[in-house]
Amino acid sequence: MRTTLALLAMLAATPVLAQPASTQPAGPSATQAPQQQPPHPGAPEVQAPVPEAGAGRGAPGAGQVPATTEPGRTTPAQQPVAPQQPAAAAPTPAPAQPAPAPFGDRGQPDAAELELMATLRGERISGRISIPNQTAANLIQPAGRSWREYHNVTLAWVGGIAVLGMLAILAVFYFTRGRIRMEHGYSGRTITRFNILERANHWMVASCFIILGLSGLNLTFGRHLLLPIIGPEAFTALSTWGKLAHNFLAFPFTLGIVVMLLLWAKDNIPNKLDIVWFRMGGGLVGKGHPPAGRFNAGQKMVFWMTVIGGGLVAASGYLLVFPFTVTNIEGQQWAHMAHSLISVLMIAGILAHIYIGSLGMEHAFDAMGSGQVDINWARDHHSLWVEEELAKARATVAKGAKAAGAD
Amino acid sequence: MARMKFLCDSDRCIECNACVTACKNEHEVPWGINRRRVVTINDGKPGERSISMACMHCTDAPCAAVCPVSCFYTTADAIVLHDKDLCIGCGYCFYACPFGAPQYPRVGNFGGRGKMDKCTYCAGGPQADNTLVEYTQYGANRIAEGKLPLCAEMCSTKALLAGDSDMIATIYRERVQKRGYGSGAWGWRTAYRETLGA
Repeated sequence: MRTTLALLAMLAATPVLAQPASTQPAGPSATQAPQQQPPHPGAPEVQAPVPEAGAGRGAPGAGQVPATTEPGRTTPAQQPVAPQQPAAAAPTPAPAQPAPAPFGDRGQPDAAELELMATLRGERISGRISIPNQTAANLIQPAGRSWREYHNVTLAWVGGIAVLGMLAILAVFYFTRGRIRMEHGYSGRTITRFNILERANHWMVASCFIILGLSGLNLTFGRHLLLPIIGPEAFTALSTWGKLAHNFLAFPFTLGIVVMLLLWAKDNIPNKLDIVWFRMGGGLVGKGHPPAGRFNAGQKMVFWMTVIGGGLVAASGYLLVFPFTVTNIEGQQWAHMAHSLISVLMIAGILAHIYIGSLGMEHAFDAMGSGQVDINWARDHHSLWVEEELAKARATVAKGAKAAGAD
Repeated sequence: MARMKFLCDSDRCIECNACVTACKNEHEVPWGINRRRVVTINDGKPGERSISMACMHCTDAPCAAVCPVSCFYTTADAIVLHDKDLCIGCGYCFYACPFGAPQYPRVGNFGGRGKMDKCTYCAGGPQADNTLVEYTQYGANRIAEGKLPLCAEMCSTKALLAGDSDMIATIYRERVQKRGYGSGAWGWRTAYRETLGA
């Protein structure tokens, strides 16, 4: 170390500073250097051992000792010295040039500077590590602060507004529009809306979603809402179970999403009728029922939200549940941000779905409950689908057979 | 009360990893967990520095800020500790921590990573001082015995300093003045919003 230092110092010394001064550790010669070039004590003094530094303090230019004995690497204020580090290797005689620092690498920014640069550039300071855990090779990742800001502020606000806002909208809707009644009453004759597979799959996804949603919301809002009420021990017990449920229910949820896609995608392809549905306010705000096939435009929106949103949430969730297997810390942070943001928006969307499927519309629940809906309800809401189903049913009737009843 | 901090003088650190070993030994930390580690930046290039890093016991600690179960607390000496009986092992502290300090006994087991473990500044945890249960959960409590963290105490080049902020900052500044250079206090800007302009 010392030899390298002395060697570099020799190379670095400009003609202004006499060669002996740079190699001799003796006090007097060191004090000479500042006399010749007061603002830049330079190499000889820098590499001096303790007594010499003391001598430097006592020298005429002693006022700047703490600041100026620095070779420029540590403080940006000493920029004039710092960029000239490469000159250390090339002893070109330039009389006006101040003495460079003793080390070739001394021009590097210091820790604080590197941390600031990494923060501004969104980078990490990382290096080599001798333990097997390569994730530990990151020395400092300033992005953690952004993630914290997102988790504590952005997500809390977006999630809070989305969920509470949707509940408020639904409450206003319920009290102004009221429950959507069946216009023509029950006919007493039913048609199969969803078969057992469709219903079982729907309720598997639904029950998973409710638990996933609640346990997820708990991670963001629980400590503000539940923790003060039930206390830390009970809250930890609840959150532990919530986390376990969250991690394991992800699998049936994903399976259900895939089955949903296979079962219903063909009936959810957008078409021209959807524009009519939107123009008529979906029968929610306006009057009359727009014509619809098996699924109307509103239901198609819920379907694609569930399949696409659920798919993205599942994908990002698997990155989180198998941490650092696919991504690094940055990927983990992004996965969490995507996962939580899409989730809270989906929760808001599904709240509307739950409302319209239960409280908001008479008889709507039976479609997913018993699977049987009254033919009058079906004609009102899914006129084209009913026609299709009846046509299919008629096709099975032998030619020439007499129609019975209203068929 | 003191404001305890770590300061790694990277111009002295020789990457011997003795701090890592001492920490593991003192606290009987299991395999796979490294409360302290040494990272070498610019390896083999000009500006190579080795920095011993662990939990920096931040002012306004990010881990505490994001913890969904609020299991963190700060001692009178400004040491950031956590309660393993409350931790659910969600991993959020690791996402927020700028220094990668939180460790988990298991990784990738369907998110079941076990209770988080991190540097305690040799100050144990919320259990009664120097009891077996405290040792089992958190390791030795040297602070309660009036001693400083072992990693810094046994550092052969005295690169790693632990102690009251003002005292270790003064020691570091004196060193920088005497030798004429210093690459600054690693992590201080991030952890304490403070720099040692050396």
